[in-house]
Amino acid sequence: MNKISIERLNFFYKDKQVIRDLSLEIEANKILSVFGPSNSGITTFLRSLNRLYDLVPEARMEGLILLDGKDIHAKDVSLTELRRRVGMVFDVPTPLPLSIFDNVAYGPRLGGVKSRAKLMETVEEALRMAALWDEVQNRLDIPAMSLSGGQQQRLCVARVLALKPEVVLLDRPCSGLDPISTAKIEESLCELKKRFTIVIAPHNVQQAGRISDRAAFMLSGELVEEDSAQMIFSNPKNSRTNDYITGRFG
Amino acid sequence: MDKNMKAKPRIGDKAAKAVIWTAALLVIAVLVCIILYVLAKGLPVISWSFLTEVPRNMGREGGVASTIVSTLLVTFTAIVIATPLGIGTAFYLAEYTKEGIITRIIRFSAESLAGIPSIVYGLFGFVFFVEILGMGWSVLSGGLTLAIMILPTVIRTSEEAIITVPKSYREVSFSLGGTKWQTIFRAVFPSAIRGITNGVILSVGRCVAETAAVYLTLGSTLRMPTSLFSPGRSMAVHFYLLASEDISMENAYGTAALLIILIFLINVVANTAVNRMIAKNAKR
Repeated sequence: MNKISIERLNFFYKDKQVIRDLSLEIEANKILSVFGPSNSGITTFLRSLNRLYDLVPEARMEGLILLDGKDIHAKDVSLTELRRRVGMVFDVPTPLPLSIFDNVAYGPRLGGVKSRAKLMETVEEALRMAALWDEVQNRLDIPAMSLSGGQQQRLCVARVLALKPEVVLLDRPCSGLDPISTAKIEESLCELKKRFTIVIAPHNVQQAGRISDRAAFMLSGELVEEDSAQMIFSNPKNSRTNDYITGRFG
Repeated sequence: MDKNMKAKPRIGDKAAKAVIWTAALLVIAVLVCIILYVLAKGLPVISWSFLTEVPRNMGREGGVASTIVSTLLVTFTAIVIATPLGIGTAFYLAEYTKEGIITRIIRFSAESLAGIPSIVYGLFGFVFFVEILGMGWSVLSGGLTLAIMILPTVIRTSEEAIITVPKSYREVSFSLGGTKWQTIFRAVFPSAIRGITNGVILSVGRCVAETAAVYLTLGSTLRMPTSLFSPGRSMAVHFYLLASEDISMENAYGTAALLIILIFLINVVANTAVNRMIAKNAKR
């Protein structure tokens, strides 16, 4: 069974429709790239998967999103539980004004973990998975804000991994980063898909090509096509996809 | 043309700089003059016995111990009451409601309250707490009156501090499975604490220095207050009475100097405490 099934998703901000009739299956333990020009509704799409758009009062959603076959809008779904299962990394590094340790331990602490030893274990594991442990292991108590941009973003990845999520959403996580930091994040993503399902909005077509197993092209709120990355990037069926990845527009 | 473009802003720049510097220097000079004058007149009066003895003979002799205690008690009461109410209201306005009629009414009331002269608060306190509720002239009446007086300041500075916390902190906290309360308590509040305490410290200064409102609600007895229900006389009121009734200008200046020192001390101590707390928080 697929990890996430989306059926006829329509999304509105006030009267403006930002996603049209989107249906998509997301396989477990794969990296799915959802790419397209800006304003294609990709951020909204990602935010609908963990219901973060609930914070926006004017937002309205129609359609069905199933996580492991269960409707995430069902009445008995706990919003906090859902967001722990479907973690999210934002497009700019967003460390909280706390120490490195406290940033990574933030999620587990919200979940009620108090024991210092247990937290330490989780924090170390998460930082290792995000390929940041070696750089910060001796200074976990310094403010997270004092890290470089690339380190901050890997910290944000670690912070999500510390939740032990099932799905990780990444919204253009490398948009402000240098190539070396980007490479580090991409490398860890390829490791991480063994344990998590990853949905990423890559910051360009090249990145999508490098890391994805599956790829979905979105344009003006519509899903143009979704296929294996190999097919999409070598032999797309839709001419608009072809035009975009060959750089004719976008 | 090239010359003109370069020359004009330079003259403008210099003029602006001169005006700004003069303004700043003037303000600082006036402040420093007042403080120096009061300290020069008052410091010689201050001695150990001035600090520790109760006033005698209407304040002509003895010290000001009871007025120091009254001032601190009434300020403490006001802060203890106003701080939680004010911060709570600020969080309600900033986090729990949409902009609407209710928030507009609360904000408008708070802003209006901030502009009312303190003697009006004194009159209200006198009629309501002292007379109607029968609390009499007391630390409690004075503290409650001052609390109402500083509430608008606490609400507005706190709300301002809460609103300036970046939206991304909230999003991150929610996206990590935080509930609304967890998000406010763990992500928003620690970031707003600096601004919030600034407002509270400002309010402490106003309470310590307040005269009219306290005169009408705390009373003006020179006896040492022993409980929340004792009347007393604050330092500012003491100073006012000594000077206006020509009892002892010397002791009036002593009290005034002490008042300045006290406010200065409160500011230093409060700021250090907040800095420590923030530093500790960042490390933990």
